[in-house]
Amino acid sequence: MSTQNTLEHKIDKADLEGKQEYTITVYAENRIGLLNRIAIIFSKRKINIESLNTSPSEIDGIHRFNIVIHESYEVLRKLARQIEKQIEVLKVYFNTNDEIIWQELALYKVSTDEIAEKVTVERLLRQYGASAVVIRKDYTVFAVTGHREETDALVKALEPYELIEFVRSARVAIIKDSAGFHEKLKEFEAFEPGEELVENEFLEKGEKIFTM
Amino acid sequence: METAQETIQQTGAKAETSKTLFKGTGSQVLLNGLIEEGVTTIFGYPGGAIMPIYDALYDYADKLEHILVRHEQGGIHAAQGFARASGKVGVCFATSGPGATNLVTGLADAQIDSTPLVCITGQVFAHLLGTDAFQETDVINITTPVTKWNYQVTDAKEIQEVLAKAFYIAKSGRPGPVLIDITKNAQIQLEEFPEYVKCNHIRSYRPKPKVRVEYIEQAAELINGAKKPFVLFGQGVILGKAEKEFKAFIEKAGIPAAWTIMGEGAIPTAHPLNVGMLGMHGNYGPNVLTNEADVIIAIGMRFDDRVTGRLDKYAKQAKIVHLDIDPAEIDKNVKAEVGVWGDCKETLPLLTNLVNENKHEEWLAKFRQYNQEEIDQVITPELYPTSDEMTMGEVLRNINEICGGEAVIVTDVGQHQMVACRYAKFNNTRSNITSGGLGTMGFGLPAAIGAKYGAPDKTVIAIIGDGGFQMTPQELGTIMQFGAAVKILILNNRFLGMVRQWQQLFHDKRYSFVNITSPDFVALAKSYYIEAAKVDERANLRQALETMINHEGSYLLEVMVGRENNVFPMVPQGMSVSEIRLK
Repeated sequence: MSTQNTLEHKIDKADLEGKQEYTITVYAENRIGLLNRIAIIFSKRKINIESLNTSPSEIDGIHRFNIVIHESYEVLRKLARQIEKQIEVLKVYFNTNDEIIWQELALYKVSTDEIAEKVTVERLLRQYGASAVVIRKDYTVFAVTGHREETDALVKALEPYELIEFVRSARVAIIKDSAGFHEKLKEFEAFEPGEELVENEFLEKGEKIFTM
Repeated sequence: METAQETIQQTGAKAETSKTLFKGTGSQVLLNGLIEEGVTTIFGYPGGAIMPIYDALYDYADKLEHILVRHEQGGIHAAQGFARASGKVGVCFATSGPGATNLVTGLADAQIDSTPLVCITGQVFAHLLGTDAFQETDVINITTPVTKWNYQVTDAKEIQEVLAKAFYIAKSGRPGPVLIDITKNAQIQLEEFPEYVKCNHIRSYRPKPKVRVEYIEQAAELINGAKKPFVLFGQGVILGKAEKEFKAFIEKAGIPAAWTIMGEGAIPTAHPLNVGMLGMHGNYGPNVLTNEADVIIAIGMRFDDRVTGRLDKYAKQAKIVHLDIDPAEIDKNVKAEVGVWGDCKETLPLLTNLVNENKHEEWLAKFRQYNQEEIDQVITPELYPTSDEMTMGEVLRNINEICGGEAVIVTDVGQHQMVACRYAKFNNTRSNITSGGLGTMGFGLPAAIGAKYGAPDKTVIAIIGDGGFQMTPQELGTIMQFGAAVKILILNNRFLGMVRQWQQLFHDKRYSFVNITSPDFVALAKSYYIEAAKVDERANLRQALETMINHEGSYLLEVMVGRENNVFPMVPQGMSVSEIRLK
């Protein structure tokens, strides 16, 4: 898989033991109950899921989970293997934030009067790249797509101006160095795993491994 | 049906179906499927939501033997005993609600000990799901953490594919329990069914990783360079049916091998390279020398905390080679220098080819030295006690002398379990059946019943404590009705012995609720028309054991043993394996 070949992922001791944000990408069959099977792998170890998104993937019939947790590399590796062990899971990747492109969507409901009256609010919205989704007499709903810090910053900025309601979606992420799952799927569908299917990736890559 | 087609797609089973259609109910097609999978024996208990399956079973009495247990927990433990003794998939039936929840302990036990099971539970009608109907429980969600796979069938057309998948998943790769929950409407649904097709592929499931030769080479290089190599083996050798391959490996490389209690019997107790048991109550040498070995080769074992003791003081000097079929086990508890992923049936012969012939005489002599010390200080006093009180060890010694290592020994959990594992002799694989990972008291009696069906030509002895026996005594009724010739040996010390031992050693002898009384076990057995006797004097022990073992049919023998005997050696919890205590 080209993902592993091109990636220069430095792991030092601090990385192994220190906690940081990881995004897990799970390719799985679309089956009732699988979400629970995956979720209990985290709850069994008392690990909080910061964000979870399920969506279709680039392949018809195969679903993709994005799970964000704050843990160490060592813990991630073990979790990934436990998830990949589930019968309906095809493959699990986990990445640090610099290895992925990711977005979250946030919606903000504010009083229309406040915005109309206070120019600063309008400026704020421009500054944060917000777009108006709904404008009514009583309230306006804005949407912002971006990283957590960006959507958070707007919440903070809107606080003095009657932020009526706020909601943020789970994270969706694309792995920078991934060539997609089509080739991998062919290997999975083959009765006999081919030479390409390197199950022992972790050991092969030694220090440079970033997926399992 | 969309779901049925999807399952076919996922199993990779050939979609073209034979023209010979079978017209019948979901229940009938389920039973036909079980027969196709080679099932002969089912342990179960009927109830409302599984009645259509039982109704169909009425006509299958000549093909499927159904053992009516006395409690669903007994049913699943029996299925476990059957699977462990026979190497086949154990099958049990239970109804919805309480029937299904009673399976949970057995599922957890089978999951942690990698026992292949297919459990079928009835469920309320599909249209009643989520209405809190009578005897409705969310069995799928309750059992998710304790099953390798589970599935709820709501349409009879799914049954064949799901059953085929269930058997394939249960027995392939690292085995485990599978549960199929079938709603009542699917059981009675009348359909035309195609021919049953066994499953041999699921696209999202890799039962075993592909063997990579470079890791075998790296492992061989480490082994060939080792001065003090040490093999630790677990149940993986037995589950992989790789006993011969394993023996060939250790014999060529001349490496001492020690077992986890789940791996016991994979090679005969008397094998010169078998140096004994690992872990908390294991042998002296294997524990101490774990911290002296330079290369440790772990085969089909998972470095359970009862084996490793304190992890940060465990084999820090050694380079670890870990062979396992489950990638999640490698580097889970102990970091491996070389991880050899794969089925040991395939990896061991490759490794054997590459390792040099060796003897390691000096290193082996060290094990013998420690063994002698253990014999003098622990084993001889246990097997040949001088006090009036009988010991569990001397009972085991007598069993060894009578059975010569040919019996299947099923144990419950506690002191007697540790003593049985330490002292029982085994000539054959699949002879030691015990609840290893979960430590389920109450496992012994029902598992022994199952083991007798799984190994009908063997003498099956259930060794059980007075505490554990009182957890599942109802299965005496199953023996009474179906006549499984199980020899039940109760080692009665009138205490919950293992907990008492810990309270003595670590809680200032504050014996908190370990003083357990027992009924008249002999009278109890006799009330079930099972022959029984009690021994409280050494003079009668041998004769009583011979009577039990030679008796045709089931027999219960209660042996009164010393009240406050402790199992030693012992690695106290939180201590290193090299800090093992002999007393």
